[in-house]
Amino acid sequence: MGSRLPKWLIALTALVYFFLHLPIFVLVAFSFNASKFSVEWTSFTFQWYRRLLERGDILRGLRASLIVGAISTVVSTLLGTLIALAVGRHRFRGRTLMEGLLYVPVVTPEIVVGISLLILFVLIGFPLGLGTIVVAHVAFSISFVVIVVLARLEGMDRTLEEAAMILGADEITTFWRITVPQLLPGIMAGALLAFTMSFDDYVITSFVSGPGSTTLPMVVYSMVRKNIEPSINAISTIILVLTTLLLYLSERLTRERPLPGTRA
Amino acid sequence: MAGVRERALAWLYHRPTAKVWSLLSPGILWLLLFFLVPLLIMFAYSLMPRGTYGGVEAGFTLEHYRRFFEKIYLAILSRTFFVSLLCTTICLLLGYPVAYVIARSGKWKSLLMFLVVLPFWTSFLVRTFAMIFLMRDTGLINSVLLKLGLISHPIAILYTPFAVMTGLVYGFLPFMILPIYASLEKLDLSLLEAAEVLGARPVARFWRVTLPLSLPGLVAGCLLVFIPALGSFLTSDLLGGAKEMMIGNLVQNQFASARNWPFGSAASFIVMALVLLAVVTYLRVKDRAADGGR
Repeated sequence: MGSRLPKWLIALTALVYFFLHLPIFVLVAFSFNASKFSVEWTSFTFQWYRRLLERGDILRGLRASLIVGAISTVVSTLLGTLIALAVGRHRFRGRTLMEGLLYVPVVTPEIVVGISLLILFVLIGFPLGLGTIVVAHVAFSISFVVIVVLARLEGMDRTLEEAAMILGADEITTFWRITVPQLLPGIMAGALLAFTMSFDDYVITSFVSGPGSTTLPMVVYSMVRKNIEPSINAISTIILVLTTLLLYLSERLTRERPLPGTRA
Repeated sequence: MAGVRERALAWLYHRPTAKVWSLLSPGILWLLLFFLVPLLIMFAYSLMPRGTYGGVEAGFTLEHYRRFFEKIYLAILSRTFFVSLLCTTICLLLGYPVAYVIARSGKWKSLLMFLVVLPFWTSFLVRTFAMIFLMRDTGLINSVLLKLGLISHPIAILYTPFAVMTGLVYGFLPFMILPIYASLEKLDLSLLEAAEVLGARPVARFWRVTLPLSLPGLVAGCLLVFIPALGSFLTSDLLGGAKEMMIGNLVQNQFASARNWPFGSAASFIVMALVLLAVVTYLRVKDRAADGGR
């Protein structure tokens, strides 16, 4: 089939890939450039990375992002997996309504989520800070966890569970010994997605954060705004490497090595 | 411990509904409390008079929605709509051919897909900065053009409508490619062979077979680009000047500096209404595509 593709189509595709990847490539390359002001290549350096370590705000931002990311990932993965189990394995009244509710966060623009939560927190007098950021991140990532876990659950073979029950395992034992291990790659992929979304979010976070709860994307945003020195290139490169690593992990979890009992 | 376990099992056994709801309720409660309720409060705010020190006062008014008929806000609304529409169109024109090539690329498929998914996962902020790095007056594009002697002064690329559009397309193109690819990938090739045997030429095969069958993916892709474009705020904030204000920036302004929460809520609710309209349109087109496919 490949040889039958028209040349212009292949050329257009190449251009699009160029467009999608060149900017990032340039950004990374110039994080190693010694020149501070121009984009002329002078010499190779690590100084912008060393500079990052001297900046307290970046380290504090990273710490805040990791704390928020870890807590919100655990909570949203747990809540999302439970919902996926209920939706994927049971018929119940109000199921359609529930599925509707699950898709609302997927289609709601970030800015709307941000301000509506800000209004809520101010209205009930909840002090803005890391706590409110975690609450917001869990709220917008639960649905995505549900979707990822549900996809895995629906591809799973139920005969193993039935076999375990027939062989005398009770419901709880079957759940922990059969269902959970089979579902684990889906749960992990959901967790990675939740973490990436939390770690990346600027828009929602900027509304619900308070004094002293500045996350890494917020620090990066103010650096971009002030448009200063190639340290931004360096921190961007680090963020890129981190998310690429997470993506690679989740690809491996969802694609390769289907567990015994899963349909190919 | 054993006693608790037996009792829990017995309880679950006798009450299947209780089991479902014990799984559901924590997450659903979270979504209700921190997603649906805030949206409802926001809507209520948009119908209340503005308070003196930010916030609102008790009462009812349609004044904030009426303001959107003023020229300046009407301009922001229509710009947001047309920018989102144009962005979706460009993404479709670029994304469809790419998805088509990937679906037919044989052994290169997984690599090509990985390269589309990668920017999808990359921080939006970082990608927007990458655009700035290329487009600013001292950026790579201007430097290269100066060096080649094609221009004598840096040309303004950043803070123009062109910059915003490029940034939006750059940001959302993967959202278009992924669903189209998914539907092209599932396409039954024997249908194309049948069309070929029956004498349909390549162009006809595309328009009469491939395109209609990939319609669900195409429409999903358009939705996935149109919605975030409608609510976009970072791109126009960082790549556009004050003239390129979109409704997202208006919302942000009302909460950050203008301190007119009810007006910001109304603007935000209008975004939400447009999004819902897009979703409903999508669902209707999807249903029709499902019927037409038979």
